[in-house]
Amino acid sequence: MPSTPRTLLDKIWDAHVVCTPSGELPILYIDRHLVHEVTSAQAFEGLRLAGRRVRRPEKTFATPDHNIPTTDRRLPIADPVSKQQIDTLRNNCSEFGVRLFDLGDADQGIVHVIGPELGITQPGMTIVCGDSHTATHGAMGALAFGIGTSEVEHVLATQTLRQAKPKSLELRVEGALHPGVTAKDLVLYLIGKLSTEGGTGHVIEYTGPCIRRLGMEERMTVCNMSIEAGARAGMIAPDQITFDYLRGRDYAPKDFDRAVAEWERLPGDPGAVFDRVEIFQGGDVVPQVTWGTNPAQVVGIDATVPDPTAFRDPNERDSGSRALDYMGLAGGTKIVDIPLDRVFIGSCTNSRIEDLRAAASVVRGYRVASTVHAMVVPGSGRVKRQAEQEGLDQVFRNAGFEWREAGCSMCLGMNPDTLEPGQRCASTSNRNFEGRQGKGGRTHLVSPAMAAAAAVTGHFTDIRHWLYR
Amino acid sequence: MQPFVSHTGIVSPLDRANVDTDQIIPKQFLKRIERTGFGQFLFFDWRFLADGTPNPEFELNRPVVAGSSVLLARRNFGCGSSREHAPWALADYGFKVVIAPTFADIFFNNCFQNGMLPIRLAEEDVDELFRRARVAEATGSPYRLRVDLPAGVVTDDAGFSRSFTVDPFRKRCLLEGLDDIGLSLQHTDEITAWEAANAAPAEG
Repeated sequence: MPSTPRTLLDKIWDAHVVCTPSGELPILYIDRHLVHEVTSAQAFEGLRLAGRRVRRPEKTFATPDHNIPTTDRRLPIADPVSKQQIDTLRNNCSEFGVRLFDLGDADQGIVHVIGPELGITQPGMTIVCGDSHTATHGAMGALAFGIGTSEVEHVLATQTLRQAKPKSLELRVEGALHPGVTAKDLVLYLIGKLSTEGGTGHVIEYTGPCIRRLGMEERMTVCNMSIEAGARAGMIAPDQITFDYLRGRDYAPKDFDRAVAEWERLPGDPGAVFDRVEIFQGGDVVPQVTWGTNPAQVVGIDATVPDPTAFRDPNERDSGSRALDYMGLAGGTKIVDIPLDRVFIGSCTNSRIEDLRAAASVVRGYRVASTVHAMVVPGSGRVKRQAEQEGLDQVFRNAGFEWREAGCSMCLGMNPDTLEPGQRCASTSNRNFEGRQGKGGRTHLVSPAMAAAAAVTGHFTDIRHWLYR
Repeated sequence: MQPFVSHTGIVSPLDRANVDTDQIIPKQFLKRIERTGFGQFLFFDWRFLADGTPNPEFELNRPVVAGSSVLLARRNFGCGSSREHAPWALADYGFKVVIAPTFADIFFNNCFQNGMLPIRLAEEDVDELFRRARVAEATGSPYRLRVDLPAGVVTDDAGFSRSFTVDPFRKRCLLEGLDDIGLSLQHTDEITAWEAANAAPAEG
């Protein structure tokens, strides 16, 4: 008898349920646990107080990323509280036998950049981290999601999690993106359509020809922001692009061909049923710019700032009005007329080598506007070295950008990289919440190419009409 | 974990949708390595003016809601980051219950880990609670709600009564103050067996 057709999510889920004790939530096995300094200290302390060990230290990988300076790494960390948190991670990893990619390590970087880059992230795996952008790893065909610190402690102690199975949401994107339109624009567009809670309770599987055409790093950008639509996770079925990306990476399987043969069975079966399906056209997407204080408050570069008083939904009307007030914007303003003070190219959404190449190709032969302070923060030590080998750092420096060490940096400004009150920033990061990049700072989310163009002209500029030099 | 069975407390209405975890506890306060002491930073950028004094316009600073322990909010409460510092800050400030039409998934899970009960009520019921709170506060007295977890009911003393559901496992953990990890460790044999059966050939 043929078995019921299953989705990618179904297959990974079924393969990882250890047991479902009567009257309890299923116990789900976790293949990879990624750890950073901000959400782990209390979890390790909990283990210590209970006299527990890390069950599978070899499946646990740690790196400091949120809190670290992106300036000269040879200097001591100036903020004593940041230093304590980073020292605590170091001590915990040493005590519990966890592999740490420490500040001086050539492979240190943003946890969601180094996981795929080192081949730690693989198709079919369950991957968690005390960080909501863990969904990034779903780009490899894994089930990857963010958890709280108590759950971090649960995974450390048991290598499992208590989880109810989420619902499945297929986001099918037909067609192809136009030139100048990137994966970042696509995901911002999708969030704008779904709303910030449209994906709540669901795991999104991105499907369709437009998604299949995306490269591995572009897929990471898309999956990364699934949480901004409220989704538990985002995933893309593995294919040849995934396997080509993984082959030869440090932690990739030794018997790679055998692994590929297994991974090829992961994509959803024909006829597999999702709880919900939404269909979009890649050709409808133009370069996107957020105007408000959540990522769903977004419009195309050729649009104007909306007038929230015209919104039908009372919650959206209220949120929109508050957002415009905070952002210092008036409805009806053309997006291309919004001037900028800062540009930030970085974060787990857009700090990989292809992002830096895209931004550098825009900047080449130009200077950053005199009114703008611009910086590039590579996602990892490897990305930084690769960019330097390609001379991208010189392109940025010659244009007047700062070229920094790897870390989360001004995506959330836990380190010294922050906006001043009132400063307006074009940012390639993932959240434009109030105060996210610094108290009173105003964030507009864009693609790397759009951020680079804005740095040069001093205001938002339609990248589709850019004159490349 | 402290068990949660029932609770009666003053309601703090926070009439905003999409309250994200960056607002609940701004990032500059995430550097502590303890689980305690976050209440003083709750809603920091909304709660305090630039000079550090309480912002009199912020909902939670109104004298009528002093000592409140039930937070009433709009849709998609707790969206954004996975930081458990958000429920730590709410609990440390004194909140035992958060009521909203919808919650972000990670925040919702994190509440249960800290003996705090997130309750989803229909949008029109939440509207009604906001209305009742306004009416009570207009007379100068705070609005109170009673939450009964075993029965799954929220009531006030003026006839409001709505039932809510909680996942049975989460409910039992709250009622008995159970430690998830302890419960899961009772299944160590099954976990070990799973590992043996799945000694992944794919692993390098």
